[in-house]
Amino acid sequence: MTRPADAAGASYAGGIAMTGVTVRYRGTVALDAFCLEVAAGSIMALIGPSGCGKTTALRAVAGFVRPDAGRIAIAGRDVTGLPPAARDIGMVVQSYALFPHMSVVENVAFGLRARGQPGPAVRARVAECLALVGMDGFADRLPRQLSGGQQQRVAIARALAIRPQVLLLDEPLSALDAPIRRAMLDELAALHRDLPGLTVLYVTHDQGEALTLASRIAILCGGRKLAEGPSQALYRRPPNRFAAEFLGQANLLEVAVEGRVLGGMATVRLGDTRLKVPDADIAGARALLCLRPHDITLADASAACSAACNLLPAELRMVHWQGERHLLELCVAGQTLRVSLPPLRMPPAPGTSLALRFAPDDATLLPHEPG
Amino acid sequence: MLLWSAAARSTAWTVLGLLLLLVYGVPLGLILLASLTGQWNGVLPSHMTLSHLAGTLRAEPAAQLRASVLTGLAASLAALAFGTWAALALRRVRGGARRWLELVFFLPSALPSISVGLGLLVAFSRPPLLLNGTVWIVLAAHFVMVSAFAYGMVAAGLAQLPAELEQIAESLGAGPLYRLRRITLPLLAPQLLAAFSLGFALSMGELGATVMVYPPSWVTLPVGIFGLSDRGAVFDAAALTVLLAAGTVAVLAGAARLQRLAGGK
Repeated sequence: MTRPADAAGASYAGGIAMTGVTVRYRGTVALDAFCLEVAAGSIMALIGPSGCGKTTALRAVAGFVRPDAGRIAIAGRDVTGLPPAARDIGMVVQSYALFPHMSVVENVAFGLRARGQPGPAVRARVAECLALVGMDGFADRLPRQLSGGQQQRVAIARALAIRPQVLLLDEPLSALDAPIRRAMLDELAALHRDLPGLTVLYVTHDQGEALTLASRIAILCGGRKLAEGPSQALYRRPPNRFAAEFLGQANLLEVAVEGRVLGGMATVRLGDTRLKVPDADIAGARALLCLRPHDITLADASAACSAACNLLPAELRMVHWQGERHLLELCVAGQTLRVSLPPLRMPPAPGTSLALRFAPDDATLLPHEPG
Repeated sequence: MLLWSAAARSTAWTVLGLLLLLVYGVPLGLILLASLTGQWNGVLPSHMTLSHLAGTLRAEPAAQLRASVLTGLAASLAALAFGTWAALALRRVRGGARRWLELVFFLPSALPSISVGLGLLVAFSRPPLLLNGTVWIVLAAHFVMVSAFAYGMVAAGLAQLPAELEQIAESLGAGPLYRLRRITLPLLAPQLLAAFSLGFALSMGELGATVMVYPPSWVTLPVGIFGLSDRGAVFDAAALTVLLAAGTVAVLAGAARLQRLAGGK
């Protein structure tokens, strides 16, 4: 979709800072001394399992949840004690929450009228925002006359119409079918390209959405932030077991750390096999080796180990055909390992001994935590 | 559908139709018949006449209809305003306080109407608030009788309203009054009209409390009907009942029309 550039795009500016924010619901801690910095103009995704506190964090930024402790700032302004109406935010929720008795135009104009903007300015801004999300042909429709994807676009236009400092998205794609969700994800990415100054806090339980859209990701569990970083770095180098398992598929193999070698590498032992992996500051002799299933390939059984790769003997247990990929389930030194490969012409039979290959740089050493 | 065969379904519909006719149709039909009757000594009436219905056009029944409609409108509108305010205010209250306040708001619906009338009579028959003998005590009685229903209907409507709608409105910069005017009340319109209609219908038929407190200058139709039937003028009472039903239906039809217009957008 071709969008007109937002004439007022530059006015979207302002990061979010949450410092030591604690929220309790009737004694239960939903958010525990939570800290988060979202740079102006960036997209930060909050992900985590149900009940981890991600929506509470977003609602605290919006002002719908009052923190028991801590401070929240938007664009450098302390908004902790301010009502939502005074925070300069736009928000889109899972149900879109379009006002059912108002047309598309009235929905988008609502915030501007509530702020007492003059009629001509409201009409111009509404037209601009509807064009921005490609809904200018649906101005007089009621929400019930729109599809889920169209309702979502109107909700985004309504949130953007007031030129908010930050845009808060609470699982905005969860109610959509998979194909529409993928299309809307692309549209959200395109929207942010059109509005590069817009700061977005995006809550989702879908790691794919977070990886596709966000420049940074924070992973929450039990009201705490367990990991945070640039999306690719967090995926490539998860700092702990939870992050590795929650963000993408991961094989976590128990290994013994034998020693450090030059060049920031370490030697670990998995069964009888020695492997070279990037060193990490791991205390103790035991660690977890994180390998993504798609970073492992099959090697010839006779292949020799080189500095550029690790070889791992394994026994094939099961082969699953998944259409676009083959998933192999193998046994390595008594531990289960999954390998995702492009479709195989002749998949090996279960029980076959195989050699696996992976580049040292594709492995991550994590602190040992029981599963 | 619990009944699978067409024969079973038609039998069930027939039985239901007969029951409804027996419970609702027969009494209403007999009242209409009685209003047209000059004499009713046997199984069927005789000497059919329009004189009883024509009598309702006289000054006294017209005044009673006017008193009933004005009382119903005033009481149901006041109850609607109070019930809406109470339901909105109680949304902010949590825990035990909320349960107690809900009990207080619902209490009038649990009291016998005659007790409400007696209570008002005792409370307002002496200074500092002397309402006995005025229209105001009738209005107060009707307000008490219908307020709980108005509160209940509005509270049920509010409970169904997604909280996200008002929250999004708030995030867009709308203050409390703007949200109430543009979001909450328009979305509650069906419940508000239903609460008004129920309150008006209940008020139009209210007798127990009214008969305890009404002044001679403000006789409502139910009091008039009661007085006529007490004096043995059953056919005149039936004609007044037809007038009462017609007045009630006319106002309720107007409210329904308003509701359709509001919901037609």
